[in-house]
Amino acid sequence: MTDNISNNIKISVKSLYKIFGPKPQSVLQAVKDGMGKPELMEKHNHVLALQDINIDMVDGEITVIMGLSGSGKSTIIRHLNRLIEPTTGEVLVDGIDVLKLSAEELRIMRQTKLSMVFQKFALLPHKTVLENAGTPLRIRGVGDEESINAEAQKWIDRVGLSGNENQYPHQLSGGMQQRVGIARALTSNSEVMLMDEAFSALDPLIRTVMQDLLLELQKDLHKTIVFITHDLDEALKLADHLVILKDGAIIQQGEPQDILLNPNDPYIEDFVSDINRARVLKVRSIMSEIEHDLPSNEENCCDFDDTLEDVIAHSEGEILKSYVVMQDGKPVGALHMKDLVKALVPRVSSTPSAKAS
Amino acid sequence: MAFYDPIINVLGLREWCDSTVVKSDTPKSMAELLADAAGKDSVETAWYDIPFPSLDNLNQSCGAIDRTRDMTSGVEAVFLDIKDPLKTVLDPLTQPLSWLLDGSLYLFTHTPWWVLIPLVLFLSFKVTRSWPTVILVAATFFFFAFIDHYTYAVETLSIIFVCTVLCILFGIPIGILMSKNDWFQKINIPILDMLQTLPSFVYLIPLIFLFSVTESKLYGIAIMLYAIVPVIRLTDLGIRLVDKDIIEAADAFGMSKKQKLFGVEIPLALPTIMAGINQTIMMALSILVIASLVSAPGLGTLVLRGIRNLELGVGLISGFCIVLLAIMLDRVSKKALSRINAAQDH
Repeated sequence: MTDNISNNIKISVKSLYKIFGPKPQSVLQAVKDGMGKPELMEKHNHVLALQDINIDMVDGEITVIMGLSGSGKSTIIRHLNRLIEPTTGEVLVDGIDVLKLSAEELRIMRQTKLSMVFQKFALLPHKTVLENAGTPLRIRGVGDEESINAEAQKWIDRVGLSGNENQYPHQLSGGMQQRVGIARALTSNSEVMLMDEAFSALDPLIRTVMQDLLLELQKDLHKTIVFITHDLDEALKLADHLVILKDGAIIQQGEPQDILLNPNDPYIEDFVSDINRARVLKVRSIMSEIEHDLPSNEENCCDFDDTLEDVIAHSEGEILKSYVVMQDGKPVGALHMKDLVKALVPRVSSTPSAKAS
Repeated sequence: MAFYDPIINVLGLREWCDSTVVKSDTPKSMAELLADAAGKDSVETAWYDIPFPSLDNLNQSCGAIDRTRDMTSGVEAVFLDIKDPLKTVLDPLTQPLSWLLDGSLYLFTHTPWWVLIPLVLFLSFKVTRSWPTVILVAATFFFFAFIDHYTYAVETLSIIFVCTVLCILFGIPIGILMSKNDWFQKINIPILDMLQTLPSFVYLIPLIFLFSVTESKLYGIAIMLYAIVPVIRLTDLGIRLVDKDIIEAADAFGMSKKQKLFGVEIPLALPTIMAGINQTIMMALSILVIASLVSAPGLGTLVLRGIRNLELGVGLISGFCIVLLAIMLDRVSKKALSRINAAQDH
């Protein structure tokens, strides 16, 4: 799998460091030699925001960067469109180093390639929904007013706001405002969408609806989406590639199922111990090699991408059964209910705190 | 012998001090006169009566040190020296202000009342869209006209109109520059503080020296210097207070600086800027009374007459008219402000 994705990497972040403080360059070497965040703060009064970040983001996939507040996730996403200048490192978008662009080139890159959705929506309060959605095209200065409005209207309809286009943002609920934010990003027709905690300010029910909306849009549009969140459930739901950040450093990245089953750090074990594994884990992650003595008629119940919850519902609680797993109508593996039940229990953690929780 | 003599001697400055001959005909200070009157040559000083080493006290021990009186007359001399070149530069530069003020006065006072009053009412409806405010304006004008204060009030209004428009024209760009440039802001804030706290009469003193009292730009400059401060300050503040998230979004979508300024920052700062304009109008009105000392026409002249001739009734009535005018201007500009606020409530 790693082989075929390396071909179409859209965004590549290479050994990115960010240090906040009066003279970041002067302490950079110390950080590279392994000085940690608390020590840097104490000795040099600089804040280490990001250290040695390397991420490859695949074209058409959702990359989720997850971490608690202060872990540097918002700082990373602002490096991708250079709202923040790094201390050192490279950010390649389509092979072009964003950090080497001139101010003018950077503006054009932001206008055409990188759109952004914000946690606090950041809509223009004095413009209507339609005008807000058309902002990216108006900034670029392409097309007449009529074609801009037509394009904006198309995306407003697409995000389910038909009929609201002449309202002002303050007349809309938070969820609707964020739909405008998404419509605005889509109107720019950029290949990359940066979403900075886009759904964190919404209440849980609306958040789920918005996540579904995003996944549904993504099914047709195949954008490269970089999504920031502090919510693990959200991360697991959306991510094709999950990056977990702690104190400005990546502690694990990869396929979310893989991280869930094989956390490589007590911090992540702590994190994943709280979630509903049956809903998140998929059959493909726990199935075993295909066995020929399995009954392959009525018992081949499960699709490759079903969640364990689906299987449990299907088995009606029987734990001695085994199933054949199908993908596109062909058997690809076997699922033993015994393994399924084992997978529901987080791996016995080395830290007592994880056990307690 | 004066108190600081020994110190001067110890420091070896005696020769330098005596090198300047003290002119005998210079006026004496109050302390010296008192000492003379008491018939003593020099006053014996007790140890706890140490005089502060001020210019006057040091001068007694050392003639080379100037007295405070010499300092103030020095300032005056410097000002008088630069006055002529300054005038050559400033006079033509500020001449358009005189024309504007005079032209506007002519226009306002020569428009018949039955044209001007409906025009004012129409404009106030245009900016406020509020009938109660228009009724207030109408009532105010009819009251002025009824008690024969109409011409004075219109003169006042004309001056305020010209000065406020000019304050906005200069003040908003200065405010924008201040919000964009921290250094420019640091330099400007003390100047604005000074303009705002300087007693209004002090403005007039150098202006009287520079320009002739008969020229209208004299009071025009005084009013503008005083009234421009709020619009500058609040423009700067308004733009600095624009939601950082929205600015970030504007950057993220690749807005140019110009697009950001005119499409985001000024529209979002507009309520604050309008509050500044409201304050500017109020301050222009308040200094206009004082400016009547230097021949500014309008209601202020009546107040001045009331004070000068002790005509209590004239002073009180014209004072009341000024209050009415202030209330009217304030309500109209506040109503216009609240219309903008309502349009972008968030």
